Amino acid sequence: MSEVTLTIDGRPVTVAEGATILQAAGDLGIDIPTICYHDACTANALCRLCVVEVEKQRLLQPACVTQVRAEMVVQTRSARVERSRRTILEMLDSAVDLSDAPEIQTQMAEYGVDHSRFPDAERRAPAPIDDNPMYVRDYAKCVLCWRCVQVCAEDAQYTFALTLDGRGFDTQIGTFFEQPMSETTCVFCGQCVGVCPTGALKPRREWLLEQGKTPDEIMEMSRSERRQSRRVKR
Amino acid sequence: MSELAVDAIDLTPLHTLLAAHAGQGRSALLPVLLTAQTHYGYLPPPVTAEIARALSVPLADIHGVIEFYALLYNAPVGRTVLRVCTDPACALRGGEAVLEAACRLAGAAEGETSADGAVTVERSPCLGHCNSGVSVNVSSEQPVRNKTYAHVAPDTVADLFAGHGRTTADFWSEDYVGGDLSIVTPLCGRGRRTRLVEYEAVGGMQALRKALTTLTPAQVIEAMHQSDLLGRGGAAFPTWAKWDGAAKAPGSPKYFVVNADESEPGTFKDRILLEGDPCRVLEGALIGAYAIGASRIYIYIRGEYPLAIERVDAALAELRAAGYLGDDILGSGYSVDAEIRSGAGAYICGEETALFESIEGKRGFPRVKPPFPTTHGLFGKPTVINNVETLAQAPYILIHGADAFHHLGTAESTGPKLLCVSGDVVRPGLYEIGFGATLRHLIENLAGGVLGGKLQALLVGGAAGAFATPAELDTPITFQGLRAAGLTLGSGAIMVFNDTRNLRDILRRLARFFAHESCGKCYPCQLGTQRQYEILTRVAQGNPLPGDVIRLQDVGWTMSDASLCGLGQTAAAAVFSAMQRWPELFENGNAS
Repeated sequence: MSEVTLTIDGRPVTVAEGATILQAAGDLGIDIPTICYHDACTANALCRLCVVEVEKQRLLQPACVTQVRAEMVVQTRSARVERSRRTILEMLDSAVDLSDAPEIQTQMAEYGVDHSRFPDAERRAPAPIDDNPMYVRDYAKCVLCWRCVQVCAEDAQYTFALTLDGRGFDTQIGTFFEQPMSETTCVFCGQCVGVCPTGALKPRREWLLEQGKTPDEIMEMSRSERRQSRRVKR
Repeated sequence: MSELAVDAIDLTPLHTLLAAHAGQGRSALLPVLLTAQTHYGYLPPPVTAEIARALSVPLADIHGVIEFYALLYNAPVGRTVLRVCTDPACALRGGEAVLEAACRLAGAAEGETSADGAVTVERSPCLGHCNSGVSVNVSSEQPVRNKTYAHVAPDTVADLFAGHGRTTADFWSEDYVGGDLSIVTPLCGRGRRTRLVEYEAVGGMQALRKALTTLTPAQVIEAMHQSDLLGRGGAAFPTWAKWDGAAKAPGSPKYFVVNADESEPGTFKDRILLEGDPCRVLEGALIGAYAIGASRIYIYIRGEYPLAIERVDAALAELRAAGYLGDDILGSGYSVDAEIRSGAGAYICGEETALFESIEGKRGFPRVKPPFPTTHGLFGKPTVINNVETLAQAPYILIHGADAFHHLGTAESTGPKLLCVSGDVVRPGLYEIGFGATLRHLIENLAGGVLGGKLQALLVGGAAGAFATPAELDTPITFQGLRAAGLTLGSGAIMVFNDTRNLRDILRRLARFFAHESCGKCYPCQLGTQRQYEILTRVAQGNPLPGDVIRLQDVGWTMSDASLCGLGQTAAAAVFSAMQRWPELFENGNAS
């Protein structure tokens, strides 16, 4: 395979043809922040946190999907890049509960996010959905990275239990007619919980402990739920 | 599943419908959902589940698709649904008053259904009747038919409940068509569809005949190249370059797509072309399809244009019967068929890759580019997608040649251009001009001047466009001239505001439009359109917060610089242009 040489932040780097700017920057030890990107998922370039400035391009380019070209000149921390990243993080912070998202917390600190940048902003704050014994869905913490939908579908499990509801700011992850998870095609593989970056999806036991329940109370809850479910089946 | 079962749903009509689409798979999803909804009023779970099984679409996916499109409902709605346009052009004519009157008559709040289940009233984004507002789209009867009415007033909205309103089919004067030229619009604005024989009588279909019988595909593309025709949908991309790219791209089949998802606020040119003279547009599409070797043409028309859909359908039948469409067209050995696809209420589907996703039966999310449609378009195949007006120019170019086409415009902006003039002018309407005429000529001479006061502002290019001041009236209408003035031609929409109008309110409506129509895929637009709307609402109410100007700039630049598609990239354009021209609008406490 042929190789391509480009310049990132003034430093030359040679990578395989077809590599992305994100990968090339990684080779130089330059950290480009991402939210939606995950090694195991198809890159959709939707969080746009990884945008970089590429010489001769009118718009900022998403590093996660933009392939390198010979003699490309990339700036990963220009003023335009910084403004976009900071504003994206500030807008996200104004919409969603990021208290359980350590990576995004670090990014917000790095980009000097003002946590009260958007006063009077509408937040997405639906109540947690506790509808199955395995995991809880707290979409007030969801950043819509799509990873859960992707691993539930063609990126891993081919279960297709999840979809996107609504549109625009009012988008939310959902199921067929909002059925409880146990009535969907979900097989409780747990991969969605594994790829969630913000604690929106969480094992139920962990969630109940956080709610202040003791291990004994949780055990008793599970027992009575099992009894109830047996009664329903009969 | 048990709690979702609805008693007494007769699935017989659905089975007939599904049989008609057997073997088409997921691509049939939107047509099936739209038709099923006409029978059942909405899409209840058993109907949806049956469709999912028949078309092999996951249940969750189909739910997500219904959730995406504004004209699809997964919960019961009124037997009659009224969608009242309150975007800028209709707002100037009393859109809010019509909406209030409709709510009062229905006994239902905005977005809700009357207690007896009879009527639902919704606020609608632009319905493409800006020249003849207030416009209201109504679904009623069983099976449900959808009609878009023009010239609705608070005291006539009651007629719509009984299906008595005026559409552009009812009165020839609903669509005024004028201008300096009559190259693409000679048969438009007559209140009826021009039939194929009438089009043929004035030389129609001769360009297709010439292409198929005397020109190679490469020669057709060269003729388009010589003409320097730039796309009329808003992006102004060279048409020949798309055709050339798809013609040379490996892979088959190839597709040709007509983008008739016209939804840019202030824009109605494609509707008037399709309603008045559909054969001209289809001739252009057939020429393009031949040039790239396409085996199928898709015509994607927005769902709020039922009259255009009906008339294009009738035109296709005539073309098929006359041998212009189907197998071995005009004995040339070239075969292609065409199919109409109805949109379902999503502005974003005018974005070319979102439109492909929609035809493929998915939520209308724009794709990451590259790859581009010419190599990876509809169903991943080489595809050309052109705007309606662009295609209407192709027959003239092939018959009269590139020189004649050049003479109609300027050296760099060639040919004729359609402009949609709405708002405070004496004669709102569709004007065909040669590139190079000034905004002043358009407004003062052609449209009869400003109505109800002195000129305050123009919005050029639609919601994604930019504001101009009276001092900019002598700007020539060319792609380059407008760009030099910090404006953009966009889709050719020009909205006129007199000096009694509240520009802050107009800005708020534009911001609401983008927030409503953002698909939600990329963060800058999903979050930015919402925050922009919130800030401009404060501005319109006369109580902006300290720092709101900087906030608007940061949000706007982030959307412009970092969004995934053109919607987000232009969602702040009008705001920036207003900020530059009238900074005082964004200051505290001066709202009128």
